[in-house]
Amino acid sequence: MKKRYLAAAAEALMVLFLILFLYPFIIVFINSAKDSFSVTQYPMRLPEHWGQLLVNMRSIIVSPNIRYGSSFLSSVMITAASLVLLTILPSQAAWVLVRTKTRVSQLIFMVLVAAMVIPFQIVMFPLISWFRLIFDVTGIRLLRSYTGIVLAYIGFGLSLSVFMYHGFIKGIPLELEEAATIDGSSQPGIFYRIIFPLLAPIHATICILHGIWIWNDFLLPLLVLGRGNRIQTLPLAVANFAGAYVKQWDLILTAILMAMIPVIILFLAAQKKIIKGMVAGSIKG
Amino acid sequence: MAARRRLSMTFWIFLAPVLIAFMMVIIIPFFIGVFYSFTDWNATARTGGALQFVGLKNFTDSFSDPAFIHASIMTVIYTVINVFVINVLAVALALVVTSSLRLRNLYRVGFFIPYLIGGLILGYLWQFIFNNAIPAVGGFLPGFGFLADPNNLVLSRVGSSIAALVIVGTWQYVGYIMMIYVAAIEAVPESLYEAARIDGASQWQGFRLIMVPMIAQAFTITMFLTLVNSFKQFDVNYALTAGGPATMFMDKSIFGTELLALNIYRTAFVSNNLAAGQARAVVFFVVLVIITVIQVRINKSKEIEL
Repeated sequence: MKKRYLAAAAEALMVLFLILFLYPFIIVFINSAKDSFSVTQYPMRLPEHWGQLLVNMRSIIVSPNIRYGSSFLSSVMITAASLVLLTILPSQAAWVLVRTKTRVSQLIFMVLVAAMVIPFQIVMFPLISWFRLIFDVTGIRLLRSYTGIVLAYIGFGLSLSVFMYHGFIKGIPLELEEAATIDGSSQPGIFYRIIFPLLAPIHATICILHGIWIWNDFLLPLLVLGRGNRIQTLPLAVANFAGAYVKQWDLILTAILMAMIPVIILFLAAQKKIIKGMVAGSIKG
Repeated sequence: MAARRRLSMTFWIFLAPVLIAFMMVIIIPFFIGVFYSFTDWNATARTGGALQFVGLKNFTDSFSDPAFIHASIMTVIYTVINVFVINVLAVALALVVTSSLRLRNLYRVGFFIPYLIGGLILGYLWQFIFNNAIPAVGGFLPGFGFLADPNNLVLSRVGSSIAALVIVGTWQYVGYIMMIYVAAIEAVPESLYEAARIDGASQWQGFRLIMVPMIAQAFTITMFLTLVNSFKQFDVNYALTAGGPATMFMDKSIFGTELLALNIYRTAFVSNNLAAGQARAVVFFVVLVIITVIQVRINKSKEIEL
C-alpha cells in the first residue's frame, strides 16, 4: 500500500517537473497572442484575445525582414537537397572504399574520417574568400547562392556519412554482389539496385542527424548566404528580425513560435524513429 | 583485366563527387586558413593579393589581448560546468525514464523536444524569459519580490549570465544525452542484476558495480559530445547574451560572457581583423584536438568488454 502511494507521488513529481521543463514553450505560445504592451507587462498571464495570435502571425508573414514563406521554402530546399546528396554521394563512395581493398582506399577513408575533428571555425573565413576567388575566376556563384550552401553542407557532413555507411557496408556479405555480377549487372547497377536499398536504416539515421543540424544551423548560412540576402534560412530570418525589431517581443516570440512549429509537428509524428535514429547515430559515430 | 579496369573506373567515378566536395570545402580552406594566420590578411585583401608574411604576430597579439584571454577562461569555465550539469542531470533522468513509472515514454519525448530547436532560436526565447518572464514572476509571487528588481536581472551580471548560458545549454542538450544513457542502460542484461540480487547486493551496489561499468561506453560518447559542443558554443551565446554585460579585465573593458567561438567571429568581422580571427581559430582547433584525444583516451581505458 505504502509503495503504491510512493509510486504515485513520484509520478506526480515527474509530471510537474516535465511541465516546468516545457514551460518555456508555453510562454512562447501565450505571449505570441498578445500585443506589444501586454507582452512585456504581463508575460505570465493568459492572453485576453487569442485572435491576436493571427494578427501577429500575419505581421510575421508579411514582414519584409523575415519573409516567412520564402525563408521557410529556402530552409526546406537547402535541407532537402543537402540530405539527398549526403545520402547518395557518401554511400556510393563508402561502397567502393569498402569493396576495393587497396592502400589508396584505406588512406582516403582515414583522411575523410580524421577530418571530423576539424571545427567549422578554422575553415569558415578562408572558405568565404576561397568561394569569392572561384567566382572571380570562373564566374560560378557560390556565395549567396543555393549551390554554394549545399556544397558547403556536403563538405561538412560527408565525413560522418561516409564513416557510418562504411561501417554498415562492411557487414553486407559479398555473395549478394557476386551473384549479380554473374548475372551480368554492371558495377553501378549492383550498387543502386542491390546495396543502396539495403542501406535504408543508415539513410534514415543520416537524414535525422544531418537534418536537425542543417535545419537549425545559423553560422554557416550567416557566412555563406549573408544578411539581407534574397535567399535566407529560418534561423537567419529570426536573427535578422530580432536584430531589426529590438524588444518587439510580441512579434519576435511569434516568429520563434512559427519557426518551431513545423519541427515539433514533424517530430511528434515520427518521434520513435527520430529518437532511435539519433541514438544509433551517436553510438556509431 | 577488362573487369579490373571497369572496377577501378567505377571506383574513381563513385568517389569523385565526395572528394571534390571535401577538397573544396575542407582541405583547401583549411590550408589557406593556416597560411593566412601567419599573414596580415584583412577584409579588403583578396585571396593571393599582396599579403605580407608577419610570422607569429597574430598569435602573440591574441595571447596578449585581454578579450581573448577572458574568452578562453570563460569558455573553460562554461565547458566544465556545462559538461558536469548536463551529464549528471541526463543520468538522473535516464534512471527515471527506465524505471517502472507509467508515463516514462511521455517523459522521454518531452525532455527530447528542446534538442530539435536551434540554439539561436532558443537563445532569443530564453532572453525573454530571463528579462521579462522571471521579473514578472517576482512581481506576483510573494517572497520572490527581489526578482522584479531591475538590478537583479539574471543577464545583467557576468556570473549569473554564464549560469544562464549553462541553463539554456543544459535545457537544450539534456534530452539527447539522456537518450544515449537510456539506450546503454536498456542494453544491460537483466540477468546480471538478478545474479547480484541473489548474491545479496543492494540497489545502490547494483547501480554502482554493474550499471556504471556496463554503460562506460556511453560515457565515452556523451563526454565527447558534451565537451565538444560546449567548447564550440556559438548560437546560444550570440542570441542570449551577445557577449554582454561588459566587464573590466586587465584594465580593459571587454565583453564579460563572450565565449571563444563568438570572440573569433567578432575579431574577424566586427573588428575587421581577419588574420587575427584566423589565428585564434587555429589555436581553437589545436586545443579542441588535444582535448578530444585526451578525453577519448581516458574514457576508453575505463571501458569493459562483455
